[in-house]
Amino acid sequence: MHRHSTVAILVIPLLLIAVAVQLIGQVVLERITIVLFINLVMVLALQVYMGNSGVASFGHIAFMGIGAYASSLLSMTPEAKASALRSGYPLVEQIHVPFMPALLGGALIAALVAGVVGFPLMRLSGYGAVIATFAFLVIVHVVLIHWSEVTNGPRIIFGIEQLTTLWVTVALGLLAVVLSYWFRETSLGLKLRASREDEHAAASIGINIVIVRLVAFILSAFMTGVAGGLWAHFITIYSPIAFYLTQTFLIIMMLIVGGADSVSGAVVGTLLVTAIFEGLRATENAVNMSDLLPGSLAGFTEVLLAAAMIVLLIRRPQGITGGYEIRWQHIRGLFSRSADADQAALAPADREA
Amino acid sequence: MESTNQILQFLINALSLGGLYALMSLGLALVYSILRLVNFAYGELVMVGGYSLLVVGQAAAIPWLIIAGIAVFMAIVASLLLERIAFRPVREASANTMLITSFAVSTLLQNAALLIISPRARAVRIPSFFIENWTVGELLISKGNLLSLVVSLATLGLLTLFLRRTIMGSALRAAADDFVMTRLLGVRANQVIATAFAISGCLAGVVSLFWVGRAGSVVPSIGLTPVLIAFVASVIGGIGSLTGAVVGGYLLGFLTVALNTILPQRLLDFRQAFLFGIVILVLLFRPQGLISGAYSAERI
Repeated sequence: MHRHSTVAILVIPLLLIAVAVQLIGQVVLERITIVLFINLVMVLALQVYMGNSGVASFGHIAFMGIGAYASSLLSMTPEAKASALRSGYPLVEQIHVPFMPALLGGALIAALVAGVVGFPLMRLSGYGAVIATFAFLVIVHVVLIHWSEVTNGPRIIFGIEQLTTLWVTVALGLLAVVLSYWFRETSLGLKLRASREDEHAAASIGINIVIVRLVAFILSAFMTGVAGGLWAHFITIYSPIAFYLTQTFLIIMMLIVGGADSVSGAVVGTLLVTAIFEGLRATENAVNMSDLLPGSLAGFTEVLLAAAMIVLLIRRPQGITGGYEIRWQHIRGLFSRSADADQAALAPADREA
Repeated sequence: MESTNQILQFLINALSLGGLYALMSLGLALVYSILRLVNFAYGELVMVGGYSLLVVGQAAAIPWLIIAGIAVFMAIVASLLLERIAFRPVREASANTMLITSFAVSTLLQNAALLIISPRARAVRIPSFFIENWTVGELLISKGNLLSLVVSLATLGLLTLFLRRTIMGSALRAAADDFVMTRLLGVRANQVIATAFAISGCLAGVVSLFWVGRAGSVVPSIGLTPVLIAFVASVIGGIGSLTGAVVGGYLLGFLTVALNTILPQRLLDFRQAFLFGIVILVLLFRPQGLISGAYSAERI
C-alpha cells in the first residue's frame, strides 16, 4: 500500500505551494509559480523519455516550440491572426477553437512529429542519439525562423490571449506527476527501464527496444507540447529564439540536478533550480538597480547555475535523489529512529530497483 | 573563359571555406576520438580566441600577427584549463554525464563573456587585407579567403607531420584508435589527453582568427555556428577518425558554397535545416561516416 506513496508525497507539497501562492496573492509570485509548474511539466516529460530510457535527448524543446506555435494558431481569432501574420493558408486563418482544444491540438501535432521523427531516431544510442536529437532541435529552430507564414519568422508573434491561469497550470502539472509515475510503473515503463540498465540483456528477453522507446518519446513530446501551449498563452508574445539552447539547458539541468532516473528527481530538481534561479535573479536585479557595482550583472545567474551544475556532475552525477523515488518509508525513517522504521525502510519487497 | 573563371572562383571559395571547416571539425574530432566526449564547449574556445583579439587589440597597438598569436595562445590555455578543471574529474563517468558537463561548461563560458565583457557585438580591429580583393584578370579573389586557404592547409600539414613523425603524435593516433590498449602499453593518459585538448584549442584559436575576420565583430554566441559546423562535418566525414573529420570539413565547405550558388533564395534559408537533415540520415544509414574510424556504439 505504501509502495506508491510517492505520488502523494509529491502531489501534496505542490498543492500546498499553489494554495499558499493563491492566498498570498502577490502577482510576481503567481507568475513565478506558473512558470514553475510549466517547467515541471517539461522536466517530467523529459524524465519520461530520457530518465527511463537512459538516452539523452537534446531536442525536446523543439516540441515545446511546436506546441506553442500550433496551439497559438488554433486559439487566436482570425482577426488577430490577420494582423500578426501574413499567412497564405486559409485553413490556418479561419480556425479558432477554445483554450483546452487548442492546447490539446498543439500537443497532438507535437506528438505526431515525434512519431514520424522518432521511428528512425529511436534506433540510435549514445552519441548518435545526442547529435541526432540536437540536429532535430536545430532543424525545427530553422523551420520556425523561416516559415514566416505560420510563425511570423524570426520576429515576435503577438495577439495571443492570456488564457493560462495558475490553477490550470497547477492541475496540469499535478496530472503530469501522476502520469509520469504511472508510466514508469506500467509494463512498458519497466521494459524501458530494463533497456536502460542493459540494452542487450533486455533485447535478449524479447523487449522491442525501438517500440518501447518510441512510445515514451511520443508521450514525452505530447507533454512537452502541452507545456509549450501553456507557456505561449501565459507569455502571449514570443519568438523562435525562446525554443533553443537556453531553455534546453534549463530543463536538462533541472532533471539532472534532481536525479534523472526518478519522478521525484524531476520534481525536486525543478523546485530547487527554480528557487535558486529566482533567488539569484532577484539578487542580480537588486544589484543592478542599486548601482552598487559599475556595469550590469547580466548573465550572473546563468554563470552560477552552470558552475553549480558542473560541481554537482563531478561530485554526484546521479542527482539529489540518486534515481530513487521518495517513499513513505524514507520519510518515516527520517522522523523515528526505531528499529521497525529501519526494518521497513530496508525491506527488500519495497526496495526500488 | 567565363566559365573557367567561375570554376576557379568557386574552387577558391570552396577550398578556403572547406579548410576552415576542416580545422573546426578536426578540433572536435580529436577530443571525441580519444575521450568519446562530444565537446559542446569547443565553440567557446573560438569565442575565447575572438575576445582575446578584441581585448588585446584594444589594449595595445602591436602588430596584428602578435595579437593573433596571443589569441591562439589564449585558446590553448582555455582548452587546457577546461580539461583540467571540468573534464578530468568526469572522465570516468558515463557518456551522458560528460556530455551534459560539456554543455554546462559551454553555457557557463558564454554567460561569463556576457557578464564580463558585453552582451552586444563588439567590433574587432582586423587588418585591412581581410576585406581587400585581388583582381587577377577577371577574377576577384578575396585576400582573406586566400589566406585562410593557405593557413588551413599549412596547419593541417603541420598537424599531419606532428601526428606521423613524433612520438606524442603516434601516441595520439594510437589513443584515438584504442585508448585502453594505448594506456596498457604504457602511454600516460593525462599527457595524451592534455595534448589533444591543447591541439584542439590551437585549432579553435586559428579558426577564431578567420571567423572574426569574416564577421568583423565578436559576440558571446559566436562559437555556436563553428561548433554546429564541426558536428555536421565530423558526423558526415566519420567522427571516429581524424582523416574523416578533415574530409567532412572540406566536403561541407564545397557543399555550402555549391548550395549558395545553386539554391534559389527561398530555399537558401532552410539550408541549415537541410544540412542537419543530412546529418540525421548519415547517422541512420552510415553512422561511421564516410571514412570509418574505430568501432563505436552500434545502432540497434
